[in-house]
Amino acid sequence: MQMPEPDPAVLAKRARIVARLQEVLPADAVIHDPAETRAYECDALTAYRCPPMAVVLPASTNEVASVLRICHAEGVPVVPRGSGTSLAGGAMPTADSVILGVARLREVLEIDLENRAIRVQAGITNLAVTDAVEGDGFFYAPDPSSQLACAIAGNIAMNSGGAHCLKYGVTTNNLLGVTMVLMDGTVVELGGPFMDAGGLDLLGVVCGSEGQLGVVTEAWLRILPRPEGARPVLIGFDSNEVAGTCVSDIIKAGVLPVAIEFMDRPCIRATEDFARAGYPDCEALLIVEVEGSAAEIDEQLGLIRQIAMKHDPVEFRESGSAEESRKIWLGRKSAFGAMGNINDYMCLDGTIPVSSLPFVLKRIGEMSKEFGLDVANVFHAGDGNMHPLILFDANKPGDLEKCEAFGAEILKLCVEVGGCLTGEHGVGIEKRDLMEVQYDPADLEAQMRVKDVFDPRWLLNPAKVFPLPASAPRRAAA
Amino acid sequence: MAMSPQQMQPASEAELAEAIGAAAGPLRILGGGTRPVGRPVTGAALSVAGLSGIRLYEPGALTLVVGAGTPLAEVEAVLAAEGQRLPFEPMDHRGLLATSDAPASGATGEPTIGGVVAANASGPRRVQAGACRDSLIGVRFVDGAGQVVRNGGRVMKNVTGYDLVKLMAGSWGTLGVLSEVAFKVLPAPESAATLVLEGLAPEAAVAAMAAALGSPYEVNGAAHLPAEHDGGRTVLRLEGFAASVAYRADALAAHLAHFGTAGQIEGGESAALWREVRDVAAFHDAPGDVWRLSARPADAPGLAAKAGGTALYDWGGGLLWLLVAEGTDLRARLGPFSGHATLIRAAEATRATIAPFHPEPAPVAALSAGLRRRFDPRGILNPGLME
Repeated sequence: MQMPEPDPAVLAKRARIVARLQEVLPADAVIHDPAETRAYECDALTAYRCPPMAVVLPASTNEVASVLRICHAEGVPVVPRGSGTSLAGGAMPTADSVILGVARLREVLEIDLENRAIRVQAGITNLAVTDAVEGDGFFYAPDPSSQLACAIAGNIAMNSGGAHCLKYGVTTNNLLGVTMVLMDGTVVELGGPFMDAGGLDLLGVVCGSEGQLGVVTEAWLRILPRPEGARPVLIGFDSNEVAGTCVSDIIKAGVLPVAIEFMDRPCIRATEDFARAGYPDCEALLIVEVEGSAAEIDEQLGLIRQIAMKHDPVEFRESGSAEESRKIWLGRKSAFGAMGNINDYMCLDGTIPVSSLPFVLKRIGEMSKEFGLDVANVFHAGDGNMHPLILFDANKPGDLEKCEAFGAEILKLCVEVGGCLTGEHGVGIEKRDLMEVQYDPADLEAQMRVKDVFDPRWLLNPAKVFPLPASAPRRAAA
Repeated sequence: MAMSPQQMQPASEAELAEAIGAAAGPLRILGGGTRPVGRPVTGAALSVAGLSGIRLYEPGALTLVVGAGTPLAEVEAVLAAEGQRLPFEPMDHRGLLATSDAPASGATGEPTIGGVVAANASGPRRVQAGACRDSLIGVRFVDGAGQVVRNGGRVMKNVTGYDLVKLMAGSWGTLGVLSEVAFKVLPAPESAATLVLEGLAPEAAVAAMAAALGSPYEVNGAAHLPAEHDGGRTVLRLEGFAASVAYRADALAAHLAHFGTAGQIEGGESAALWREVRDVAAFHDAPGDVWRLSARPADAPGLAAKAGGTALYDWGGGLLWLLVAEGTDLRARLGPFSGHATLIRAAEATRATIAPFHPEPAPVAALSAGLRRRFDPRGILNPGLME
C-alpha cells in the first residue's frame, strides 16, 4: 500500500512542533517517544503500519482547536483517531503526521429523553451511549460489531452501520448534530437537538467524510425507545440462490425485519467448529429477527414461515426462549472470531443490489478457485451489504498480495452489478485506489471540492479516500 | 431540446449539461414550479420536466431510480401498484403556496420528484422513517459548470466516498441541477389508525406526543392541530399489520390515559387527516405569512406563544408551522433558540427583505458559500435563493 513520502520539512521541525503542542496540552497528553507512538502505528487494518511523529490526546474542544491551530500553522498533517477499530486503515498515520486521538473525550453531556436525544463527547464508545439511556428504556440504534470498543467519532467519520440498520438506518440517519473543529482551529456547530438542517445539509456530508473535513468533538444523537421484544428465526437452505430469493420475498411481503443475516456453507462450517451453535448442515442460512410485542412477533414470524416454506427450507428454527435466541445469534456473532481462529483473513464490505446475491455468490466461489484462496460469506442480506472473508496466510510470502488482488476483483464485481465498494467500513487506504472503479474523475473531483472548502490545505487525513494520483496536485499545493 | 425565448427544457441529461454549460447568465431551475420558496430568483427558466421516467424499480430490493422531472404522482402510483411507498411522506406545497393554478411561470404545476428532493420535502412520518434525505440513496446532477456528477448509487448502504447525496437534498437547485434520483422505498402498511386526544393545551400536547414517541408502540405521526382550525386535537398515528395496529392502539391509549381518553379514527378519515397535517391545510386559505420552525420539541409551545398567531405542531413538536401577520420578522420576535426558522410563504417583497432561510453563524455561512462557489463557480444556479 503506497503512502505519500513524509514531508522532510515537517520531520525537520519535529522538536519544535512537539514543544508547541506541549505548551497547549498537559504533559501526559503529548506522546512523542518512539516506543510509545508505536501503539498508534495502525488501526484494525494491521497489515499496514507506520508510527506517527507524535500523538496528542486533547480533553476538550478548546484543546482540539489549539492543537489544530498549531498543526495548521506548521503545515503538519493530522490524522484523527477514534478507538482505532477501522478495518479500512482510516486512522493509519504517516511518519510526518500527528495523531489526534479523542480517547479523553468520553463524557455524556446531556440526556434529553423527552426529545429523544443525547449529547456526548465524541470519544465515547458506541455501546456506552446505549448504556447511558438503557435504564430508561432507550437505545442508540447503529450497532457496528465493534460497538464495545469503537468510538462515536469513528462511527461518524465512517458513517458506520451494523446488523440492525435495515430497520433503523446507519449513523447518518441517527445523527442530529456535531460540534466540529476545522483544520484552522475554527469551531463550528452543525445541526443540534432538532430534526433537519436549516441551510445546506453540511452535517450530511460531514458524516462519512473519514476525518477529512474536521475533527468532531461532540455529537447530538437520536435515541429510540426499546421495542417490547425481539425474536430471531433461523432458516437453512440447500442453495444460495434459494436463500437469496427468500430474502427478496420476505421484503416484498411487507415484513420489515430488524435484521436479515446470511451465512454460506464455508462460514457455517467454520463457526460450527468454533462456537458449536448447533447450526444445520446446509449451503446457506438466514437469521431473520423481528421486533414488537409477543403477539406481533408471532404474526410476523408466521408470515415469514409461510414465505420460507414455499422455498422448501432444510430447516426452520423459531426461537422459543431467550436461550434459543442466544444460540441462533451465537454462530453469527462468532463468525469473525471463527475465521480468525483458522487463518488470517481480510474482510470486505461491498454492497450489492439484493437481486444480484445469487450471481455474486456464485462468481465469488469461482474466483476463490481461480485465486486458490478460501472465502466465507457472512453478511447483512436485507440491505445487500456483503462481508466476504478471504482467508490467507500472512507468513506465506505473496499471500497477502494475492488476497488483496482477489479482494479487489470481488469489489469490482460488486460495482459491476450496480453496487458499491464499501457499505459501512469506509474507504480509508484499503479501497482508496479502487475509487476509480466506482466513480469517474468528475465524480471524484466533486467530492474533493468539498474537502477544498473545509480543509483548503489538505492537512486532515490527506492520504485517504481518494486515489493518491487524483489528490496529488491538491496535496502538493497545500 | 425544446426551447422558447422564456424557457429551456432539455430532454436528456446530456442536453441539460449542454444547456447549463452554455448558459450566459442566471438560471431559474424548475421542476413543477409548485414550491416558490426562498429569495425570488430572476433568470432564464430551465425546466427538468423533460427528464422524466422510471429508470429502475426492484420491489424485492426496495429500490427505485427515477428521472428528476418525473411527476411525484407517477412515482407514487408506480410504488402503490407494488404495495410500496416513499417512506418520508413528501409534503405537497400546492395548497399552502397556492400554486395549483398559478405555478411558477413556465412550469407545469405538477410536483416532480426532483423538486421533492431539492426541497428535502418530508411529511409527518419523518419522526420515524426519516426525511427525504434519509431515503435518498443516489443522485445524478449537473453542476454549475455543466459537468455531470454521480454520487451514491442504488444500494441502501454505501459509504464509498463523500455523501453528496445528502448535500444535494434540500439544496434547492443551488449546487447542481438534479437529473436522476434513487430511493430506498418501504412496504405500504396493511392498516393504519389514529388516536385522538381532545382539548390539550400545547404544553400537554407536546408532553403527550413525547410520551407516545418515547413508547415502544412505533408511533409514526404525532401532531397537534391549531385550536382555531380544528379544536386543538392531538393526533397520533400507528401503521402496520392490522392485528398489530389494533394491539398498539390499545396499548398506546392506556399509556396515555393520564392525558385523557383517546378516541380513534381509521381508514379514509385517518388518511385524510394526515394529508391535512402534511400539507398544513389549516393555513391554506388563511391570510398571513407562514413560517416553518425546526426546534427542540419541548421548546415549541414557548416559541409558538412568543410568535403569536396560529400554530400547527408536527413531528411531536419538532416541526412548528406558524401563521403570523404579513411582513412579520419572526426571528427578531423570537430571539435566539435551538433550531431554525424558514419563511415559507410570504409576498415576494417580504422574501426580498426578510431572509427566508435562517442566517447561519459566520463560519458555517463561509462553508456554505464556499461549497456554492465550488459547485457553481459562475453563480448561475438559482442565485441567491438560499441567502
